[in-house]
Amino acid sequence: MSIEVRHICKRFGAFTALDDVSLAFPEGELVALLGPSGCGKTTLLRVIAGLEPPDSGQVLFDGEDASGTHVRERRVGFVFQHYALFRHMSVFDNVAFGLRMKPRRERPSEAEIRRRVMALLELVQLDWIADRFPSQLSGGQRQRIALARALAVEPKVLLLDEPFGALDAKVRKELRRWLRRLHDELHVTSIFVTHDQEEALEVADRVVLMHRGRVEQVGTPEAVYHHPATPFVYDFLGSVNRFEGRVEETGLRVGEALLPHEAPFPAGEEVVAFARPFELDIVAAESGQGMPARVARVLVFGASARVELEGEGEPGRRFEVELPRERCAALALSPGQPVRLVPARLRVFAAH
Amino acid sequence: MDAVAALPIHEIPVRRIAVRPVTAEPAWVRRALIALALAFFGLFLLLPLAAVFVEALRKGWAVYLAALVEPDALAALKLTLLAAAIAVPLNLVFGVAAAWAIAKFSFRGKALLLTLIDLPFSISPVVAGLGLVLLFGGSGWFGAWLAAHEVKVLFAVPGIVLATVLVTFPFVARELVPLMQAQGREEEEAAVVLGASGWRTFWHVTLPNVKWGLLYGVILTNARAMGEFGAVSVVSGHIRGQTTTLPLHVEILYNEYQFSAAFAVASLLALLALVTLVVKHAIERRGDFAALRRGSLK
Repeated sequence: MSIEVRHICKRFGAFTALDDVSLAFPEGELVALLGPSGCGKTTLLRVIAGLEPPDSGQVLFDGEDASGTHVRERRVGFVFQHYALFRHMSVFDNVAFGLRMKPRRERPSEAEIRRRVMALLELVQLDWIADRFPSQLSGGQRQRIALARALAVEPKVLLLDEPFGALDAKVRKELRRWLRRLHDELHVTSIFVTHDQEEALEVADRVVLMHRGRVEQVGTPEAVYHHPATPFVYDFLGSVNRFEGRVEETGLRVGEALLPHEAPFPAGEEVVAFARPFELDIVAAESGQGMPARVARVLVFGASARVELEGEGEPGRRFEVELPRERCAALALSPGQPVRLVPARLRVFAAH
Repeated sequence: MDAVAALPIHEIPVRRIAVRPVTAEPAWVRRALIALALAFFGLFLLLPLAAVFVEALRKGWAVYLAALVEPDALAALKLTLLAAAIAVPLNLVFGVAAAWAIAKFSFRGKALLLTLIDLPFSISPVVAGLGLVLLFGGSGWFGAWLAAHEVKVLFAVPGIVLATVLVTFPFVARELVPLMQAQGREEEEAAVVLGASGWRTFWHVTLPNVKWGLLYGVILTNARAMGEFGAVSVVSGHIRGQTTTLPLHVEILYNEYQFSAAFAVASLLALLALVTLVVKHAIERRGDFAALRRGSLK
C-alpha cells in the first residue's frame, strides 16, 4: 500500500512538531525518517498510524483519505521504541493477540492461529521461546517478537519507531541487516524512524531528512549523502569540516587562506563551505596552499588513518582528515607539526 | 591428583578473617533497634488486641456466644456487611475510572482531581459525616425535597452507606494511579493498533497489569468500610438493631457497662480485620509469585 501525507501540521502547546509536511511513500519501499531528536519524525510516524491526530492536513492510504479511519481499522503494524510487549502474556500470546482480537467472523480457528503464530516465530527465528515471558528475553529478542506481533495481522504498512534504539552496537548491526533481508522477503511498505544516519543510509531504500518539523531532503541514501541539499543535511550525515568565508574572484577567502572553489556565487557573497574528512588533503606547511593547521592526534585503524588538527592561530577550531594509511606514513606526521589543508572538493552554501 | 596442588597459587584458600561489611551497623545497635521495635509493637498493638480477646472471654464461651447471636448484634453485623458490600464495588468502579483518567490522559483539572481524591484521607471522618448531615438533614440543602418524597437518608441505611462510600473513596484509586502511571500508555496503544476495541484493551491488557494492585486496594477499602466509626456515627442516629453498625454497637454496649458483650463484638470486628490482613498477605505473596514466574523480580 502506498502512503501519502499532505500538509500535515501538529503542535504540542507552543512547540511545533510538524510544520506543513508533505511526503509520498511508494508501495513496497523501506523508507527511513531521519533527524535529530525533537525533529518531529516520531510524531509523523504516529500521525500516519493514527495514534496522534494531526491539527491539519491529510493522510492518504492508496490515494484514499484515511483521516476518518480509526487506528484499529488502518491495518498498520506498529513496532514501538520500547517494544510495548504485553508483560503478562507469553511470547506466543503476544504474537497471537492481533489474531484473537479480530471480529468473530474474521477470526481464524485456534489451530490456525497456532500455525500462523509458530510460522511467524520461525520467521523471526524465535520459535523456541514461545512459552517465555517478555521479561525473560534479551533486548534483541524482544525487538523481534514485537516485529512478529506487528506482522501477525498482515498489515499493509509497517511502521517502526527507533527499532534499534535500545540495543547495543553489535546486536543493532545484526538486526538491521536482518530487517533489510526481511523487508526484501515481505515487501510490505515500511517506514522506520531513526536518529542514526549510518542506520538510515545502510537499511533504507529512501531517506527523509527532517529538521525542526520540516522535511529538509528526500532521496536515496547515495543521493542525500553525496548531494546534500542544505547545510543541515550535510552536517547531519557524518563528520564534516566547516569553513566560513567570502567568495572572491580567485577562490574562497577563509581568514588569511584562499581555498580553490568553483561554486556559482557572486564575489563578495558570505558563504559556508563543507568538506568531508576524506575530501581534505594534508600538504607540507612550506607549500603555501590552503588552510594553515597543526596536527593534534594521529589515529591509525585498518586501511585508513584519521588525523585530528587544530586551526593555526585558532586553538578552538578542529579539523578532521581521513587519509590512506600509506599517504599518512609518507607525510610522517607528528603531534604539534604545522601543515596545510587543501580541500579536494568543497560544497558551498549561502550563509544566512 | 591432589586438589590443592592443582589450584593456582592465588586460589589456594586462605584462613578466613571475619570482616564486618563496611555498611553494617555493630551487632548491639541492630539488637537494640530490633528490641525497641518489638517492644513498641507489643505494647501498643499486640497487647490491646490480646486484651480485647481476654476480656471478651472472661465470663466464658457461653456469654461470649450469647453476645454475638443477640438480635441487635446480628443486625449490626448485617448492616456492616451491607455497607461494605455496596461501598466496595462502587469505589472499585470509581477508583478504576479515576485512575485510568489520571494515568492515561491529560486534561484540565487533573492535578486538582488527584488532590481531591485524597481528601477523605486528610479530613476528619466526623467532618465528612457532618457534611452529609448538612446536605441531607431536615434543614439541609436537600432535606425539604427528601422529606416531601418520603426518602429517608439520615438516621437510616442510605446515610450509613453514603458515609462509608465517602470515607473509603481514595483507596482503590490511590493504589492504581502510581501503578498505571509507571506502566504508561504504550501497551494500550499496541493493543489498539492490533485491532482491539477499548473494552477488550482494558480487559486483556490494562486490567491484568494492575490486578494485584486492584485487589489490594479492594481489601483496604473493605477493611476501612467495616471498621469506620466517626462518619457513620454522625449520620446513624444510633437506633439499636436498625442503624448501628458493628463499631457503633460496640460503643453502645460499652457505654451501657456491658463489657463482656462489648468486647465480644469488638473481637468479632478484630477477627474480620485479621482475616482481611491474612487475605492481603496471601495476595501479596501470590502477586510476588506471579511476578517471579514472569521473571521480573529476578
